[in-house]
Amino acid sequence: MSRTWLISAAAAAALLIGLGGAQAADKKLVVGFSQIGSESGWRAAETKTAKTEAEKRGIDLKISDAQQKQENQIKAVRSFVAQGVDAIFIAPVVATGWDSVLKEAKEAKIPVVLLDRQIETRDPGLYMTAVTSDTVLEGRVAGEWLAKQTGGTCNVVELQGTVGSSPAINRKKGFDEVVAKTPGMKIVRTQSGDFTRAKGKEVMESFIKAENGGKGICAVYAHNDDMAVGAIQAIKEAGLKPGKDILVVSIDGVPDIFKAMAEGEANATVELTPNMAGPAFDALIAFKKDGKAPPKWIQTESALFTPDTAKAEYERRKDAY
Amino acid sequence: MTRSAPGPSRNLPQYGALAAVLLANWLLFPDFFSIRLQDGRLFGSLIDVLNRGAPVALLAIGMTMVIATRGVDLSVGAVMAISGAVAATLTQAGWGLLPVLAASLGAGLLCGLWNGLLVAVLRIQPIIATLILMVAGRGIAQLVTEGQIVTFTSPGLAFIGSGSFLTVPMPVVITAVLLGVTALLVRMTALGLMIEAVGVNRLSSAGAGVNTPVVLIAVYVWCGLCAAVAGLVVAADIRGADANNAGLWLELDAILAVVVGGTSLLGGRFGLLLSVVGALILQAMNTGILLSGFKPEFNLIVKAGVLMVVLLLQSPTLTLFLPRPAGPRPAQPPVRPPTPPRAKPESPSPSAGA
Repeated sequence: MSRTWLISAAAAAALLIGLGGAQAADKKLVVGFSQIGSESGWRAAETKTAKTEAEKRGIDLKISDAQQKQENQIKAVRSFVAQGVDAIFIAPVVATGWDSVLKEAKEAKIPVVLLDRQIETRDPGLYMTAVTSDTVLEGRVAGEWLAKQTGGTCNVVELQGTVGSSPAINRKKGFDEVVAKTPGMKIVRTQSGDFTRAKGKEVMESFIKAENGGKGICAVYAHNDDMAVGAIQAIKEAGLKPGKDILVVSIDGVPDIFKAMAEGEANATVELTPNMAGPAFDALIAFKKDGKAPPKWIQTESALFTPDTAKAEYERRKDAY
Repeated sequence: MTRSAPGPSRNLPQYGALAAVLLANWLLFPDFFSIRLQDGRLFGSLIDVLNRGAPVALLAIGMTMVIATRGVDLSVGAVMAISGAVAATLTQAGWGLLPVLAASLGAGLLCGLWNGLLVAVLRIQPIIATLILMVAGRGIAQLVTEGQIVTFTSPGLAFIGSGSFLTVPMPVVITAVLLGVTALLVRMTALGLMIEAVGVNRLSSAGAGVNTPVVLIAVYVWCGLCAAVAGLVVAADIRGADANNAGLWLELDAILAVVVGGTSLLGGRFGLLLSVVGALILQAMNTGILLSGFKPEFNLIVKAGVLMVVLLLQSPTLTLFLPRPAGPRPAQPPVRPPTPPRAKPESPSPSAGA
């Protein structure tokens, strides 16, 4: 009796070892991902997309939620190093203070990829690459669409993001470049709407009153979709038609703006794709295969979406967010 | 309301400041006072001031009572987020309007009860006790909404934010009603006197027979209710609950509104209407800045500058140097300074000896 048990146990052990060996031969990549948290719908979508992109490629993704705290992210990176993962992805919550923990990862020969945000460091060799969008380009794409749509003549009111935040500065810069080279295009009012719906609505209400009941406004450019959604309500409550009397163009590509576009109340959005992990996985796989280091900055696409595809895009997105 | 407003000269800084800010807005933007009807609703910059000022005014009503007991409630912004999150989530789940309102206001009452118990029964300092919910509350709201902006289309709930009653926007109507109810409760009963007594001296008011724990719990519960109403108004306005941003930092605006309204942080005498005026001064400034076309970088500086002037006008030291508005100095006991030093037994006031 005890002998058969022993034999079967030995067989099971052998099987286990064999399986382990087979896995090692497959080299299933293990990636640790230190995510900031889930403070916005976009952030949740980024995490969700990272999971599906990892599944597609057969990568084992370990996600650690830092709840907006850098010390949690540093702890997560250290534990990933201790676990000996194949690569570490970080969506850094702040720009500074990463040098020492990244050195630890480098000494363990684990490549680090930054997602969605850049960091400030004196030694760029501490990370392999950064996958982020070009926020200046986003502003430029929005501006160019508006210039083309209006034949280059348009009085624009601008809803800025939080004063001093880098997306607000860059999205303004990109749009301003187009305004500068389009003589008929002018920013008549610009104010901060703090990236929120409530402030976007309040600021737009004032803009409409300040510009002769909205008659002087041809379009509103919002640094994110949420402010645009607020502005749309303000336009409606002033008795005007958003999307027709006042054009609405914004950035981010969250589901609600596609819904608004499908209803004819918004005109265009420039997508900030939540798929930051996909390009990072591809770069990592290429690097592991032939040791070719990817470029220092992998730029995601800033695609423009208009109402004709809005309905399908909304259906596609509403579950990811 | 006679006790809260003991004479025009004491209220002059508040009404004067409101008039001055409105006048400045008119100079910056000549159409400031023009009002028209739009879809059966009053429409104009002045209406914006009332409408956008409503959430902070609602918070200020509850906050005034708490501050009068020598407390402070830092959690009101988070409670707004919770009540909005509850309302939007339940509406999206298909609940009817009345249960949604009950649940959302109930959440606010519970939050107030929690604060009240910590302060009144466990005797934790109010600033610390309410700090707990200020931090945790936003997390609770995020849990309710699962970190997303929960939107709804229910016209009933949206009516609270963008509907109107006799052409007056609903947030303004709600604020006026809540102000009236609160004023009735505290001024037509002994409640107001008890609140002031607790604020002046909790021990001796207990000794005089005031049930201090009940009074304290009541003011925090009322403050939670006011915050929940404000949260409903804000969520209904944008037809969605934004747990991350709804009511963010508004607790500070509410405290500021109360202080600008002349209620002392040291407790005691309070003025409900003046706190609402304080909230309107803040909002009139915000609206003015938006209309003026200043660069957004200047917003906070302009706001701070105006506030400093308003608060300086109330400074007990500075008012001594200002000319009295009501002609020659009265021979009778002078008007008490705005922040009354608690009358100490060893230094009787001049009138007491007469």
